[in-house]
Order: sequence, then structure tokens, then C-alpha cells
Amino acid sequence: MKQLSGRKNKRLLDNLITYGIVVIAFLVVQFIQAGGGLSSSLKGQLVPICCYVVMAVSLNLVVGVSGELSLGHAGFMSVGAFSGVVASVALQDLIPLGPARLFVCMLIGAVFAGIAGIIVGVPVLRLRGDYLAIVTLAFGEIIKNIINCLYIGVDGNGLHFSVTSEMALNLAEGGTAVIKGPMGATGYAKLATFTAGFLLVIVSLVVVLNLIHSRAGRAIMALRDNRIAAESVGIGATKYKLMAFVTSAVLAGAAGALYAMNYGSIAAKKFDFNTSILVLVFVVLGGMGNIRGSIIAAAVLTVLPEMLRAVGEYRMLIYAVVLILVMIATNNATIRQFFAEKLHGAQEDGKMSRKGAAK
Amino acid sequence: MSRLEKRQVTKMVPVPSHSIVPERDVDKAPILECSHLGIDFGGLTAVNDFNLTVGRTEIAGLIGPNGAGKTTVFNLLTKVYQPTRGTILIDGKDTHGMNTVQVNRAGIARTFQNIRLFDKLSVEDNVKIGLHNQIRYPMWSGVFRMPGYWKKEKLAHESAMELLHLFDMEGLANHQAGSLPYGAQRRLEIVRALATNPSLLLLDEPAAGMNPSETADLMENILKIRDTFQIAIMLIEHDMNLVMGICEGICVLNFGQVIAKGTPEEIQNNPRVIEAYLGSQKKEG
Repeated sequence: MKQLSGRKNKRLLDNLITYGIVVIAFLVVQFIQAGGGLSSSLKGQLVPICCYVVMAVSLNLVVGVSGELSLGHAGFMSVGAFSGVVASVALQDLIPLGPARLFVCMLIGAVFAGIAGIIVGVPVLRLRGDYLAIVTLAFGEIIKNIINCLYIGVDGNGLHFSVTSEMALNLAEGGTAVIKGPMGATGYAKLATFTAGFLLVIVSLVVVLNLIHSRAGRAIMALRDNRIAAESVGIGATKYKLMAFVTSAVLAGAAGALYAMNYGSIAAKKFDFNTSILVLVFVVLGGMGNIRGSIIAAAVLTVLPEMLRAVGEYRMLIYAVVLILVMIATNNATIRQFFAEKLHGAQEDGKMSRKGAAK
Repeated sequence: MSRLEKRQVTKMVPVPSHSIVPERDVDKAPILECSHLGIDFGGLTAVNDFNLTVGRTEIAGLIGPNGAGKTTVFNLLTKVYQPTRGTILIDGKDTHGMNTVQVNRAGIARTFQNIRLFDKLSVEDNVKIGLHNQIRYPMWSGVFRMPGYWKKEKLAHESAMELLHLFDMEGLANHQAGSLPYGAQRRLEIVRALATNPSLLLLDEPAAGMNPSETADLMENILKIRDTFQIAIMLIEHDMNLVMGICEGICVLNFGQVIAKGTPEEIQNNPRVIEAYLGSQKKEG
């Protein structure tokens, strides 16, 4: 019984450390910012870092926890970003208060991304095999191309849609075109703040960590570890894989809305295949299923290119070398052992008690 | 072994469908009835005309040489494969069109010949996954840690520990399932299957890789499971001591065909079985 509470405490401690890292990082940055010690380029990176952290954490739910490969995570970010921006302009008069509107926009972005997740997930997750990777890859491209030829405007009568041109929107006097095809969305208020980003990171951590350590989370991990065995104990594969996939899409949608609100304008090509792969790199480097790793990888790898601006054209070279070194290091048994012993003294306790049990 | 020695020889009696079940089960409807079950893989007939009735609390054995189709029968019963021909009735209910998940809910749980545990998860979590359909709460209750979550998780923990206690495995609850010794992994698979509250437990070579003393413990445990839960158990096994020691009815498969059915004594003396299977073993021994 004592051992049991030890295990429970260890898991609690593990989660607390994860939350703690995020909270401390937030406070430290706030402190430095108050002291004026933050360069303007880094200041501009604060909200994107939060967005990428949320993206990495949510993608980890699909790739690491559910064991399905998704190559179109930026597509959901895109859906969230553009639906959020449209909502932000449409609700300008209804909700004048900035933070409240930002919250509503993120919620709307999350809902639309969730719907997109259901549309993609329902047919694909019924299949066995790597179809999800192919379909999400296509989904990301399709979303990009749809938004590239989509025109949405807002006036007194409500929303106007068109797929031909801005003129076809037939906006009334005083109406504004929000999404203008290949130009993307322009002319909306920058509502995003670092605090909002921090809160979104916390919310996504709570959702993902609590989901993992619940009945549904165990079912998702069971399907990942051994689908045949999971089905043999009565766990329906489609339902739980879809649950992980849609939850992930919802969080990506909220992150997308926040990301778009950080800039005065946003184009669909920002959320292309490269962005999806970038987020996947965060997840793989941080460790599959390792939420804390995803946070650190996303934060460090978003800041790194900015920090390396000093070395000019060698920037991407150094970035690539860092990626390769981290990958070699994390796959090296000796280094892993070293870190395991340094960081997880508790694991050793586990080994000891196993020996005890054998006697 | 004391319990085994004391065990009374079961009398097998015919039931209406011209099969035999232990005498104590004759008044109750059989838990499993297969009739004319068969499956073809392309042109190959893996199992053909398989008929079997398992009584409510019977321990049934399925034996046969390698490649006879024993595991295929298990895969048909659990709908890993859909049968080409024939019907399977679980507790009188036709399983036609059901999938693996639905069959489990209907009351069949199984273990696997090549152990299939959730290796990266703890022993306790493995059992809790088995309890998935027994102790339920919605997803959002878990995400937002509502009162239902705490109540049901506590219940799941207690039930998991109770089941693990049955096999003296509570001490291992926090270990990673993949790191357990082989015998413990086999026991954990049985515990996980039991957690789904089955009325028929299928054990695919439960004693494979066990030493004689572990096998003896396993025999005790199988009897204990049957007596505690009052369920039927069907097992595939090559260890003849185990099969002849605890099975009440035995079915012998060879090349996908049933060549004999009966009590251990009948099977041991059946010339066709001796010829196909036991005979060669006896000569070697």
C-alpha cells in the first residue's frame, strides 16, 4: 500500500514538475520583460512560442499517446486561425472587450478545428494502417488551397462568402472583407497577449495530462500498445482513436486562433506542410508521449532560430546540427541511462523494490 | 496439488444438442455452442465442421498437433476472423456479424499464445484497461476531474487490486508489464481477461514456457478461477499433465477436423487420437 501511494505521488510530482516549468518560465519571462531585458524580436516570439508549445503538446496526443501519425496538424491550426479571425471581426461590436473577444475567438477556432478533425477522423480512423498520415497530409494541403481562394466579408447583414473575388461578396456600406483569398486575412485587431498564450498552454496541459491519466486515456494507450489485445478486452478502436485525434485538433484550433491574433495579417501559406513537419519535429525530439519534452523542444526550437540571427547565414546550418546532435543524444543508450539515473532517482527505487519482491 | 488430488472425476452427460457437458451443468443452458463452424483462407480450409458445446462451469480442453487449427478456433470464437461457415452461440445468442469488441461484451475473454500485454503500462493499468467496460465514466469527467472520476477511479483501483490478489500479484502492481518475468506476464494476461467479467475464458497455451511447479500452480489457479467466478474455461495446451489433470471435456483437432471428443480417459484411449497425437508422444516418453 505504501508503494502504491509512492507511485501515485510520483505521477503527481511528474505532472507538477511539468506545470511548474511552465509557470516558472512564464514568471521569469514576465520579470525580464518588466526589467526591459527582452529584445524586441524575442518579445514578438512569446505568443508564437506558446502556440507552438500547444501544437506540440496536442500533436503528441496523436503521435505519442495514440500512436497514429498525423502530417497535417498545421491544417487544424489554419482552420482555427481563420475561423477565429472572422469571428473576431464579426463580434467586434458585440464584445468590445479585447480579452473576452480573444477567448470567444479561440473557442470558435477550437470548435471549427474540432469539426474538421471529426470530418477527417471518422472515415480514416476506421481503417487499420497508416492511412491517417496520408489523409492528414492531403488535408493540410486542401485547407491551404481552400483558404487561398476563399473570400469572407462582414457587414451589417452578417457574413458573406465567395470563392471568386472580393467584389462578389456584395458587401453593404461599412462592411469589411476579412479573408481575401491569397492575401489571407488582414485588418483585424491584434488581441493576443503572452498571458493568454500562457493560459492556453496551461489549459492544454490540463486537458492532455488529465485525459492520459483517465479511463479514456488508458484505452487510447492500450490501442497504441496492442490493438488486438485492446479489442479483445472490449475497447472499440475507432471511438478512442477519434477522441484523441479530435481533442488534438481542438487544441490546435485554439492555438491557431491565438497565433493569428498575434499578427495584423495572416496568410494560408503560413500553415503549410513545413509547419506540420516542424511541429512533428518538436514531438519527436521531445520524445513520443513525453509531454514535458514536447514543451521544452517546442520552446527551445522556436527561440533558437531567433537567437541565431547573430551568426547570419550560418543560422540554419547550426539549427540543423543541433537537431542532429539532439537526435543522436536521445537515441544513445549510454546518454539515456545517464539522464535516467540523474533525473529519475525514483526509478532506481523501483528496481530495488522489484528485487525485494523477487525474494 | 492437494486440491487436484481430491478432485472428483466429473461425469459427462449428453445435452439436447447431442454434445456432452459435465453433469452439474446439464440443467443450465450451455455457455458456448458452435455448430458446423469453418473458415477458409483462400483455397485452404483451416477449420471445418467444428462442433462443440461447453457447459456453464466446464473446463474444456482443445488439443491437437501443431497447425491443427486450435488458435484459429479461438480467433473464430473471438471474431478476430469471421467464420466462413457455421454459427457460434454465446449463452444462446447468435454472434453472427459481431466484432471482437462486441463478442467480449457478450462474455468471451481470452489470452494470447504470444503474450499481448500493454508493455509500456503498469500492471495495475493493464488490469484497469480490462475493467474498461465494467467501471465506466465519460471522457470529460476524467478531463475535468469531476467527482465521478475520483469515485470510479477508486473503485477501479480496488477492483484491480482484488483481481491481482487472486494471483498474488498485488506487489507487482506498479511494475511495468513488459518488465515482468514470463510466468507473471502469462498470469497478468489471465487477470486482465478476468477483469472483463467474462462468462467464458479462453486460455491459449497458458502453461507455455512454465516450469513444472509453475504449471502446477497454474492448474490450481484455473480451478480456483472456475470455482470463484463460476465461469466456463476453455484452454489450448500442449502440456498433457495439465490438460488431463483439470479438463473435464476434451476436443481433439487434427488438420482442422475434430477427430475425437470426450473425457480425459476416453481421449487417452481413443485409437485415432493415439495415432494422430498422443501415440507418438508416448513412444518418445
